[in-house]
Amino acid sequence: MAMQTVKFYQTGTFTVGNRLLAPHERSVQAEAQRANALTSGHRACQGCGEALGARYAIDAAMRATGDRIVAVNATGCLEVFSTPYPETSWQVPWIHSLFGNAAAVASGVAAAMRMKGRDDVRVIAQGGDGGTTDIGFGCLSGMFERNDDVLYICYDNEAYMNTGVQRSSATPPAARTATTPAMGAEPGNVFGTGKNVPLIAVAHQIPYVATASVANLRDLEYKVTRAMGFRGARYLHIHVPCPLGWGSAPADTIRVARLAVESGLYPLFEAINGEIASSTPIRRRVPVTDYLRLQKRFAHLFAPGGEARVAHIQAIADRNVVRFDLVREPA
Amino acid sequence: MLRQIEGSRGIAEGVALCRPQVICAYPITPQTHIVEGLGEMVKTGGLPACEFINVESEFAALSVAIGSSAAGVRTYTATSSQGLLFMAEAVYNASGLGLPIVMTIGNRAIGAPINIWNDHSDAMSMRDAGWIQLYAETNQEALDLHVQAFRLAEELSCPVMVCMDGFILTHAYERIDVPSQQDVDAYLPPFEPRQVLDPAEPVTIGAMVGPEAFTEVRYLAHHKQLRALDRIPQLAAEFAARFGRESGGLIRPYRTEGAETIVVALGSVNGTVQEVVDEMRADGVAIGSVGITSFRPFPLAALRAVLAGARRVVVLEKCLAVGLGGIVSDGVRKSLSGIALNGYTVIAGLGGRAITRSSLRRLFDDAGRDALAQVTFLDLNTDLIEHELEREGSARRSGPTAEALLRRLGSVSSRIG
Amino acid sequence: MDKPFAITLDVGSSLANKTGSWRTMRPVYVDRLPPCNHACPAGENIQGWLYHAEGGDYEAAWRLLVEDNPLPAVMGRVCYHPCEGACNRATVDAAVGINSVERFLGDLAIARGWAFEPPARETGKRVLVVGAGPSGLAAAYHLRRAGHAVALVEAGPHAGGMMRFGIPKYRLPRDVLDAEVRRILDLGVELTLNRKVADIRAEMTGGGFDAAFLAVGAHIGRRAYIPAGSAARMLDAVSVLRGMEGEDKPMLGRRVVVYGGGNTAIDVARTARRLGASEAIIVYRRTREKMPAHDFEVEEALQEGILIKWLSTIRNMADEGTLTVERMKLDDKGFPQPTGEFETLEADSLVLALGQDVDLSLLDGVPGLVIRDGVVEVGANMMTGHPGVFAGGDMVPSERTVTVAVGHGKKAARHVDAWLAGGDWKPPEKHELATPGHLNPWYYADAPKTVRPMLDLVRRTSSFDEVQGGLDEGNALFEARRCLSCGNCFECDNCYGVCPDNAVIKLGPGKRFRFNYDYCKGCGICVSECPCGAIRMEPEHL
Repeated sequence: MAMQTVKFYQTGTFTVGNRLLAPHERSVQAEAQRANALTSGHRACQGCGEALGARYAIDAAMRATGDRIVAVNATGCLEVFSTPYPETSWQVPWIHSLFGNAAAVASGVAAAMRMKGRDDVRVIAQGGDGGTTDIGFGCLSGMFERNDDVLYICYDNEAYMNTGVQRSSATPPAARTATTPAMGAEPGNVFGTGKNVPLIAVAHQIPYVATASVANLRDLEYKVTRAMGFRGARYLHIHVPCPLGWGSAPADTIRVARLAVESGLYPLFEAINGEIASSTPIRRRVPVTDYLRLQKRFAHLFAPGGEARVAHIQAIADRNVVRFDLVREPA
Repeated sequence: MLRQIEGSRGIAEGVALCRPQVICAYPITPQTHIVEGLGEMVKTGGLPACEFINVESEFAALSVAIGSSAAGVRTYTATSSQGLLFMAEAVYNASGLGLPIVMTIGNRAIGAPINIWNDHSDAMSMRDAGWIQLYAETNQEALDLHVQAFRLAEELSCPVMVCMDGFILTHAYERIDVPSQQDVDAYLPPFEPRQVLDPAEPVTIGAMVGPEAFTEVRYLAHHKQLRALDRIPQLAAEFAARFGRESGGLIRPYRTEGAETIVVALGSVNGTVQEVVDEMRADGVAIGSVGITSFRPFPLAALRAVLAGARRVVVLEKCLAVGLGGIVSDGVRKSLSGIALNGYTVIAGLGGRAITRSSLRRLFDDAGRDALAQVTFLDLNTDLIEHELEREGSARRSGPTAEALLRRLGSVSSRIG
Repeated sequence: MDKPFAITLDVGSSLANKTGSWRTMRPVYVDRLPPCNHACPAGENIQGWLYHAEGGDYEAAWRLLVEDNPLPAVMGRVCYHPCEGACNRATVDAAVGINSVERFLGDLAIARGWAFEPPARETGKRVLVVGAGPSGLAAAYHLRRAGHAVALVEAGPHAGGMMRFGIPKYRLPRDVLDAEVRRILDLGVELTLNRKVADIRAEMTGGGFDAAFLAVGAHIGRRAYIPAGSAARMLDAVSVLRGMEGEDKPMLGRRVVVYGGGNTAIDVARTARRLGASEAIIVYRRTREKMPAHDFEVEEALQEGILIKWLSTIRNMADEGTLTVERMKLDDKGFPQPTGEFETLEADSLVLALGQDVDLSLLDGVPGLVIRDGVVEVGANMMTGHPGVFAGGDMVPSERTVTVAVGHGKKAARHVDAWLAGGDWKPPEKHELATPGHLNPWYYADAPKTVRPMLDLVRRTSSFDEVQGGLDEGNALFEARRCLSCGNCFECDNCYGVCPDNAVIKLGPGKRFRFNYDYCKGCGICVSECPCGAIRMEPEHL
C-alpha cells in the first residue's frame, strides 16, 4: 500500500496556521507580517464577521498581487466602522463613494489604471449584501456584463445591519429583522423570496464566481487568490455572521458560519465562465437546527408550531446538498 | 479651424482636444450626439489613449467617472434631464470628494409630464450640489467653456458642469472655430490630481465625517467656489489671449451703459434677448442685458456692479421654482441687496416653448412701463388655464391635468416653434 | 499628496482608537493539563514529547520523555497505556497511539545509541537502591542524574525484576530490556547482582548510605487451598514465568489450566500455548466484565485459541489430572456464589495465577515500619515509617504495573533528593484538566478513507506484538501528529487569525502569542476557535 503524504494528517490541518508546513504553504493570515489591510482600532461590533472577512479577503488579495490593489467600498457597516473621521483602519488605497455604486466606481478605477498603463494594479469593489444584491445590483450587473477587470466581494450578513437590521434580498426565509418581525401567521422573512446573487453572477458568464465563508479561511484565501488569477469581472460572495443582527454570541461568529456551511444552507462553490466548476464538500453534515438554534433571529422557529418551517429550511439545505454535490463519499 | 457643424459634434471635438482618458455615458436625448461623437472618435483612433465605457445608467456613468477621476485620469461624461436626476446622488458625491470631472448638460425639462425639449430645470435641480455650473450662450462658447472647464476643475479639484441648451444648441448646425490641439495643450496642462488612489501612497478617500467637522468641510467647498469667482475671469482672459475670442467669464453685459432696464438670462436665449435689446435701443429705449455664464459660483459682486445703475431688472428664467417663482431671480435679488429697484421674474421657454422676439419685445415694453406682475409666465395660454381650473374645481376627480390640456390643445407641434 | 480636509485620511490612523476599552471580559492564555499526562502513572509529559515528535525531532522527543521515564522502549511494549484510555482524541475518532510512538522513540534511541545526560554535579551523597526492577532502576536513574552516588543491589542473577521474570519475551524482547538497563548503568549506577539484602539497617550502615530506596517487588506466588492428589501437577504463575528465563523451560504438558483472572493468568496461558500446549484454559470465577486483565490482552489470548471458563471455581485436582470445577453465579451485589453444579476438566497441569506476595524479610526489626496486608506503608513522600528508608513498586500499596513502579521510582527519587538536602519536594501545582469540552475538534483533520487501512495497520502494529514489529518513521510521525495538544498552545495561529480586531500578537516560533489588550474587544472568538483549549475568558477588572 502506498504511503500517504504525512502532512495531510497533521494536527490542525484546518487551523489558520501550522508550524509543520513550509512557509509558502501557510495561510496569509498565519504570517507574522501579514498586511492587516483592515487594521486595529476599527469600530466594528465585538465578534464582527464582516471585519474578519474583509481582512481575510483583502490580505489575501494583497499577497496575490504583491500589494498592488485599490479597494472601492460601498456604504455600509464596513465603510462606517472603518473610516470615521479622523481615523481610518485601511492600509490600502481605498475609496468610498456611495451605497449603490461601488461596482461602477471600481470599473472607473480599473479603466483609469489601464489608461495609466498600470493594469498591474488590481481593483476590488466590496460591500455588504444590501449594497450588492439590492441597491448596488444595477451597477454590479453592469460591471459584470462589461467584464470590467474588477473583483467584487460581497460580505453577506443577510440584512441591512448598519441601519438597524432590516430585510434585504439576501435575508434568509424565517429570519427576523426589524422589517420582518417574528409576528403573525408567517413570522420573519417570507419563504420563497430573495435572490441568489452568486448564481445570478454565474448567469452573466463572467470568468470567475465563488462563494466563501469566514469559517473556512483556507478555502477563502484560495478563492481570492484564484480570482486574482483571472482578468475581467469576478465575484466573491462571503458569508459573514453578524452577532448583533443575528442574535448570536460574539464568540460564536465562526461557529455559526461553519454550521451554515456544514448544514448545507450556505454552499461553497466556484464557477468559471458561467459553469459551476467545483464545490467544497461538507466535512460533517449537521441538521439545520444546529445552525438555527444559535441565532435569536430564528428563535420563533423553536416555539410550538415552528416544526413545518424548520422542515422547510431543512429542505432548502437538502436541495443545496444535491444541487452542489456537497456530501461525497470519500474515494 | 472654422467649420459648419452640429453643436454636439463641436463639443465632442472640443472635449477630445482636452485629451480625456475615460469617458462614460448613458444615452439620453438631447445629450446623445455628443457622446456618440466621442465614442466614434475613440473607436476610430481620433481620440487615442481614451476608454469609452457604455454603462447601464447615468448613476453608473457618473460613478465610473468618480472612480477614474479618483484614480487620477481626466474624466468626462454628459447627460440631460432625468439622467441628471438619476445620477443626483453621485453628483453631490463627486463634488464632495473634490473630483475634477467635467460633465456636459444638454439642458432639458424634467417630467412628468415627460418632455424631451429644452429648459434649465435639470441643471437648476443640481445648483447646490457643489459643482461649478457654466452656461453657454452659443455653440462656440460651449466648446470653449469645456476647455476652460477642465482647467478650472483640475486647478480647484472641483467638478464642473457645462450647460448648453438642448436642441437649441446641441442640435444646431453653426459655424464653430475648433481650436488646434497645440493651442489646447498649451492652455490645458496634463492632469495632476490633488489626491489619487495609488498603492505606492495609499490613502483613504471618502471618510465618514460627523458633526465635529462637517460644517468645516462644507465651508471649504463654499470657499473653493469663492476662489472660482476669481479664477473664472482670469481663465477667460487667458483664453481670450490665446484663442482670440471672448468666451466664459462670470457674466456678459450687453449694452448696459445707461440702461434703465436690464434683462438677465442664462444660455442661448441671450442671443434673442440681445437682438430685442438692439431693436429697442434703436427705438431709443434704455435697455441692456446681462448673460450669466457662471451660475455657480454665483457672481454677486459682478452682477451688482452692472445692475446697480438700472431702474429695473427682468430676470428671464427657463426654470420654475414651483410655489415660489424664479430660481435665478433669487440670486439676482441677493446681488442687489440694499439697492431699491424693480425686479421682475419671467418664466419662459419651459419644456421647449419657443421664446420669440415679438414676445420678448412685448414683455420688455411692459417691463418698461412697470406693468409686469412680479412673476410672469411668458406666453401663458390663459384661456386654457382658466378652463382647466374651472374643470378641476367642478369635479373632485378631474383626471390628469396634462392629458386634459393636451386634449384641449389638440396638437403640440404647432406650439413649439 | 495634498489631502482634502477630513474627506481623505492617512492609512492606518485608527490605531489611535484603543478599542480595548470596550471590553468586559478578557481572554488569557492558559495551560491546561492534558489527560494523557494526567493519566500517566510514570508522570510522563506525553504531550510535550509528542510535540517534538510531530516536528520530526525525535531526539528532543526522547530526551523529554526520559526526563520522567528511563525505559521508553520497555514501556512502549508493556505499559497498559492509561494515557490512551484518557486521550481526548477518542471523542473525535480514536485515541492517539501514544504507546506505539513511545516504543518507536525507545527503539530509535537504542538504534542510534543515544545516551543520558550525565549529572551536572556530584552531591557526595550515597543512596542504596534495593531491587533492580522497574521501580529500583527508575529510582537509581533519577537519583544518579541528581548527582547522588547510587548502589543498586539485586537478589537475582539479572537486572529487570518482573520485566524479566514476569513478562514473557513475546511481549518484551530481552535485548531491548538489556539495552535500556545498560544505559542506566552507564550513568554510573553501581549494580551488584545475586546479592540479597537481608538486613537493611546493617546494609546502610555498612555501606555508608545516606538513604535507601527499597523496591524488592512481589515475587512469591500466592497459593489457594485446592485439594489435590499427590501426583497432581500444580504450579504458580510467577514460577512458570520465571522459569522461562532459565535453560529448562517449565513442563506444563498438552492440557494446561490457568486459575485466575489477571494479566498474569493471560501471560501464563499464552506462554503455555507458545510452549506447545494444545489446550490452554483459563478458569475464572467471575464474568468477563469483572476480569482485571486488560481487554485487549484477553482478546489477543482468545485469538490465539485460549479458552476461558467464566463463572467457575476449581474445587479439587485429582491425581490423574482431572479438575473438578464448580459453576458460579453472580449475586445481586456482583459477587460469585456457588451453584452446586459441577463439571470436570482434563489437565496435565494447573497454574495458579492468584496474585503475588512480597518478601519483607529484609525489614525485620526496622523500627517505625508499618506493614499492612503484606505490603509496606509509605507516606505521600514514599518514605516508610523509618526515616531515610523509602519504598516503592509492588511492595507498597498500589496497582502493580511496570508503569506505576517506574512512577514510584521517579517520585521517590525526587523525595529522596529533597530529603537529603534537608527539605521537602513539592510537586508543581497541577493545571486544570483539559476536557473535551475545552476543545474545538473541528480543526483536527480526519484521516481520509483511503488511508484507513493504513490506520488500521498502525493500530495493529502498535499492539505490542513483537511478531508485528513497531512503527516505522512515517507511521510514528503520523501517529504523533494526531495529538490534539489538549490544553496547551501548539501555535496553530488560530487566535492570531480569527481575531476581527488584530488584537493578537504573534511572537514567533516557540514563543506563542500575546494579546494586545489595547484593541481586544473581548469578543471571545479566539476562545471558541482555539482547537486545544489554551485560552480562557476572565472578567475584566475595572
